Amino acid sequence: MTIYLDHAATAPINEAAIDALNIQMRKLGNASSIHNPGRSVRKDVEDARHKLSELIGANPSEIIFTGSGTEANNLAIKGFFWQHPDRNLIVTSAFEHHAILDPVEWLVEHEGAEQVLIPITKAGVIDLDFLRKIVQTRGSEIAVISIMHSNNELGSIQPIAEIVKIAGDIPVHTDAVQSFGKVEFDFAALNVTAATISAHKIGGPLGVAALILKRGLDLTPVLHGGGQEREIRSGTLNAPSIVAFTAAAEYAIANMATNFKKIRELRDYFVTELKKCVTDVSINSITDPALPGIVNATFLGTESDALLLLLDTEGISASAGSACSAGVPRPSHVLVALGLSESDADASLRISIGTTNTKAEIDQVLAILPSVVERARNAFVVSELN
Amino acid sequence: MKLIAAMSGGVDSAVAAARAVEAGHEVIGVHLALSSNPQKYRSGARGCCTIEDSHDARRAADVIGIPFYIWDMAEEFHDGVVENFLSEYSEGRTPNPCLRCNEKIKFAAVLDRAKGLGFDGVITGHYAQMHETEIGRMMYRAIDPTKDQSYVLAVLNTEQLAGAHFPLGDTVKDDVRIEAKRRGLYVANKPDSHDICFVSSGDTAGWLRDRLGSEVGSIVDEAGTKLGEHKGAYTYTIGQRRGLGITVPAAGGEPRYVLKIEPKTNTVVVGSHEALAVTKIIGDRPIWCGPEPVINTEFRGFAQVRAHGSPLPCTYLQTGTEIKVDLDEPLFGLAAGQGLVVYDGDRVVGSATVASTE
Repeated sequence: MTIYLDHAATAPINEAAIDALNIQMRKLGNASSIHNPGRSVRKDVEDARHKLSELIGANPSEIIFTGSGTEANNLAIKGFFWQHPDRNLIVTSAFEHHAILDPVEWLVEHEGAEQVLIPITKAGVIDLDFLRKIVQTRGSEIAVISIMHSNNELGSIQPIAEIVKIAGDIPVHTDAVQSFGKVEFDFAALNVTAATISAHKIGGPLGVAALILKRGLDLTPVLHGGGQEREIRSGTLNAPSIVAFTAAAEYAIANMATNFKKIRELRDYFVTELKKCVTDVSINSITDPALPGIVNATFLGTESDALLLLLDTEGISASAGSACSAGVPRPSHVLVALGLSESDADASLRISIGTTNTKAEIDQVLAILPSVVERARNAFVVSELN
Repeated sequence: MKLIAAMSGGVDSAVAAARAVEAGHEVIGVHLALSSNPQKYRSGARGCCTIEDSHDARRAADVIGIPFYIWDMAEEFHDGVVENFLSEYSEGRTPNPCLRCNEKIKFAAVLDRAKGLGFDGVITGHYAQMHETEIGRMMYRAIDPTKDQSYVLAVLNTEQLAGAHFPLGDTVKDDVRIEAKRRGLYVANKPDSHDICFVSSGDTAGWLRDRLGSEVGSIVDEAGTKLGEHKGAYTYTIGQRRGLGITVPAAGGEPRYVLKIEPKTNTVVVGSHEALAVTKIIGDRPIWCGPEPVINTEFRGFAQVRAHGSPLPCTYLQTGTEIKVDLDEPLFGLAAGQGLVVYDGDRVVGSATVASTE
């Protein structure tokens, strides 16, 4: 038995995406070739781009396909920074994903950039007054503002439209990998300069994502080569994955309202029951406006790696903060940014509910959790005594 | 039983875990991250907590088919082992950090956590044997004398040993490597670890100098006559002969050895080989691996003072707070802080920390 509650890490691939992938993988041709097979594959890629652009409220030419969300984020951060040699400052938030924080840190260490991290309020959103101040006082120095559309550990949706207004002429990028396909996300309506979306978070294949970049803008590339994507991203177009990405997106958006309601009900049920069956638990995740399926909870007097091990033993897949490259668990920087102590952050789990989960599964988890938490608390007490 | 297999990423712990699975136990692999800044790659002597090692351990667990996790024990390791290593050296003693790690980390922090989580014990790839006997579950030397690690495990008390499992004690190392290959474990030919895992360069003296300073002090003979200078007394070892930095040769030209290290005066005392001879050893902080020997009663047995030292025939008795050993033949060079392990034949009786010698 496996109960998968880690949909924010990656979601199960859907049948529409598998079918699209299977058909396209059998087709021969490099989309950049001028011969007939090449043109045929190019048409499939452009059809997919066109459909995807409609689903996201963008123009087809605004979609730059990449190999991952991390690559798209790197392209946005480094691209905007290098594009504006007179602007040295990168503004982002304290609870961004490492795919934003790490390229920014790299630019600080190697390219002389300066970063400003906007703090997080108790409501799980960025401090808009802080942003206003930094834009007022140092606006002419800012190369890019990058704020995630929704937080992957708390679920909270950020006031992107408001941020864009405050930013004025400053480019605004948003990492929307958790939002696209799950909640309303319209590139044109938000009026952001760039956004990152990714296929595998919404039932598409791994290894394909996109940076949506406003028309007419240029970015300094990170990868150099054939210049396939607007001379901004090089690399042979991954036609099967691109086609499958669009298939997954179509499916996700067609079912978004139904899934949102279903997942949200499961989440609310889980949280209500969790508080009844486990003592000393506090909920960190945000309810509204938020992604439907994220629950983040602190189980006082435990360590998250013990909880994860015990849940895994029971066939339940959940998640905690990130791990370093050697796999050593680290307290979540997101929870620390929210104001939790390191030990409370280290006692927290993220459960992300998705389209495939059922109420029966949630009930099973609720039946198992009290004993798991109790054992994790026993182990914690013992280790504290030493 | 439900067991945690401590997997270092080496061949021994991988085969030990595989054997436990085959024996029908429910096994979970755990790699201990002992450094908060794991080195990216091995360089020269290998450390025990590189990224590569954690990957090797994970891969071995995959091949064996068991779940795998990484436990962060960096803080416990630093406080319990590294800090102790430094303070022992700064007091002129010569500690063995592997003993300390077994006592405080592998069979304390890890075992306790395992039990708290509902597991019955911990499996390691150590070479030692546990046998059920009339007087209980006892620890014995491994059958491979070149790999026997009962010495570094003799710091475990009976309660710790009750939760300890050493599946490799009945096998010679070469056969463990052959078995690893047969099982498809690609760590089969990985070199053995040596040296002190947290001193990744292998240069223990340099590592100590960086942390304890390199204050110049005197090298003197037993009469107190100054013979030369050193840069940090703790970088010397009792019995050391080479590289002493003596500028005044002995009258008869005979070699001189480090006899004593006096941290308070930062002095190294040297003298003749005969002066290193030790026949009586007093160890404190006794730990019993089986039934406690009757107090103030002499027993015949063997003493061992180094991980790969020889068993020395002796008479020993315990006073309740100390173990006193009378060696049949003198031993040359023994430092305070070393582990003293007492055996009854191949059975491990217990251990103590060398406090003084005569």
